[in-house]
Amino acid sequence: MAEGLVARLKTSLDKTRRKLLAPLEEAVRFHKKISPEFYEELEEILITSDVGYATTMLLMEKLKAKVRAEKAEDTAVVQSYLHSIIMQVLSAASPPELDGAEPLALLVVGVNGVGKTTSIAKLTEYYREQGKSGLLVAGDTFRAAAIEQLGIWAERIGVGLISHQAGADPGAVAFDGISAANARKVDVVIFDTAGRLHTKVNLMTELKKVHRVISQNLGARKLVNLLVLDATTGQNALEQARVFHEAIGVDGIILTKIDGTAKGGIVLPIVAELGLPIIWLGIGEQTGDLRRFDPQEFATALLAEDDD
Amino acid sequence: MVFSALSEKLQETFRRLRGKGKLGEKDVDEALREVKLALLEADVNFRVVRNFINRVRERAIGQEVMDSLTPGQMVIKIVHQELTKMMGEKAEKLKSSDRPPTVYLLAGLQGAGKTTTAGKLGGLLKNQGRRPLLVAADVYRPAAVKQLEVLGQQLDLPVYSDSGRDPVTIATGGVEKARQTQRDVVIIDTAGRLHVDAELMGELAAIKEAVEPEEILLVVDAMTGQDAVNVARNFHEQLTLTGLILTKLDSDTRGGAALSIREVTGCPIKLIGSGEKLDGIEVFHPERLASRILGMGDVLTLIEKAEANVEAEQAKALFKKIQKDEFTLEDFLDQMRQVQKMGPLDQILGMLPGIKPKQLQGLEFNEKSMKHLEALIQSMTPEERRTPQIINASRRRRIAKGAGRSVQEVNRLLSQFEQSKKMMKQLGKAGKGGLPKLPFW
Repeated sequence: MAEGLVARLKTSLDKTRRKLLAPLEEAVRFHKKISPEFYEELEEILITSDVGYATTMLLMEKLKAKVRAEKAEDTAVVQSYLHSIIMQVLSAASPPELDGAEPLALLVVGVNGVGKTTSIAKLTEYYREQGKSGLLVAGDTFRAAAIEQLGIWAERIGVGLISHQAGADPGAVAFDGISAANARKVDVVIFDTAGRLHTKVNLMTELKKVHRVISQNLGARKLVNLLVLDATTGQNALEQARVFHEAIGVDGIILTKIDGTAKGGIVLPIVAELGLPIIWLGIGEQTGDLRRFDPQEFATALLAEDDD
Repeated sequence: MVFSALSEKLQETFRRLRGKGKLGEKDVDEALREVKLALLEADVNFRVVRNFINRVRERAIGQEVMDSLTPGQMVIKIVHQELTKMMGEKAEKLKSSDRPPTVYLLAGLQGAGKTTTAGKLGGLLKNQGRRPLLVAADVYRPAAVKQLEVLGQQLDLPVYSDSGRDPVTIATGGVEKARQTQRDVVIIDTAGRLHVDAELMGELAAIKEAVEPEEILLVVDAMTGQDAVNVARNFHEQLTLTGLILTKLDSDTRGGAALSIREVTGCPIKLIGSGEKLDGIEVFHPERLASRILGMGDVLTLIEKAEANVEAEQAKALFKKIQKDEFTLEDFLDQMRQVQKMGPLDQILGMLPGIKPKQLQGLEFNEKSMKHLEALIQSMTPEERRTPQIINASRRRRIAKGAGRSVQEVNRLLSQFEQSKKMMKQLGKAGKGGLPKLPFW
């Protein structure tokens, strides 16, 4: 299992890496000496990785300062400079403690189709493997068959499920969920929520209510709000993070679908501009396909020399 | 609203340009740099942006513009034309087979909105008098079949599924079923898959071969970033797509994917989806969208929507009332109900020319607030509904009590009423000369 995970992550990150690396290496080889044209190409590479214009400019500024300070001339050093700059940006936000003995309530939120339910299944499996007891709460009472989808996962993994019927008030489901979790002394209770576009004021208000219901009935539990973002999303992910953060306070990000060709560069502006830590990466469809985010590794995967 | 950020930036750039009597190369370049930035921030593919800028620049510094009396507006016109061209010039309809049933195959990444789109498309075709059958060929995602079945129930459409079978067998079975039951359109929903997953892509190719679909439609989330182009290109190479459906256009995405995919794959965007309601799907009109992006409004779509939902007689009567300044709170309620039938208020207003995306923020009505509105207005006396000016503090308290809402809500309703009265008067004035006036040319 563990080996399979490493291999899978390696292939998926390899894809990510090759995407960014190929043009970067090409640029390094082609230009040799640092020049305005070289910088321009770097900008292009970063932008096409979804890093976004503003953060690209920030990275470039830092890079140029470093180049000036070191009096560097060869493009060959740029890779390692950029690596440490990205590292520095990504390390600025630190994730909350999620592996302690303290009982947890995880509220999982996000726009439609980012992979909330699948991520919940993975999180459940993660805690089950640690020997912790779990409970799922089907808070998506809106989308057709969402409750069934979560129910199937609960059954497969072997944890309890709290659900009402379709169309029920999500706040009421949340209340039952947190009450049941406390009564049963469950280690980790995970709340699924309906996908909602951050632009829908009504739905965001509903989410605030769900959040309030849970946080008022926590008992000794720690509440962690997890925002799920799709790595294929562009600059809009930043907007999503901003609005969800304003609504309920996001404690960390789960970045899904990083196993495609999307480069996930959007995490840079999210950390740099909002200071939200990336906690997990979703890298496949199996319940074991969840991986803790490591800034060092991510920066390396984005930029390092190919080792094979 | 979709594209709002892009729209805002471009409009600001052009506002400055419009004022100029003469345009030098430098002015054009400066404006285009900002356009380029706005497009990049909107996730438009890097290469597409570069080509676009080059094309606009070539035309903008040509004679056509320099000789014009209003060079700024000429440049905007060129950008509008090129934007339209980039998105595919004119609306493209879904093809129908000569030998029914016509088969539409939906494909895409996970979470793009395929199942919802399958339902919406079924509803759209049903409204056009067709007899669609939905086929649930997503055997991987838990409860995906159930989801389509629920949608089918809501739309009163049959759903074919065959649990335990492989997707190819289900797809062919679905087409056979349609033949037997005289359904003339088959919409096949497939599992979400990554374009780099060879095995699952092979499965799609096998479905394609087995059922020979008339259209293979890639469902794309409008919020997708720079990778949209890679995804679309990969699907296109392996399946030869016939068109695209963009989803989640009700987000505030800058929609760059929409602007790039067509250019890179050559596949037309045929439909756009927005909202979670099952009628949230419409034919894609590149020209209209370009207008919306540049802040020129989309009066055509608005008129179509109005025609489909508002009864002509009622509209005429209302129009008279507005002109005579006899618009009452009762009319307001009627109006709200009618507008609601046309779609979410922010989307409707977004189609009006000259409305800035910022003005639409927070404008959202749902059925619940509609009910509250009704309760409030119904708690007023007939006199109060006709002359809201007489509603003083004590009346406000009474109305609030009667409706079971707060006094603040009464206040909000009254100010909303005043505002829409003003707005409608404005529109009414413009309406005398035909269409509302466009902000430029």
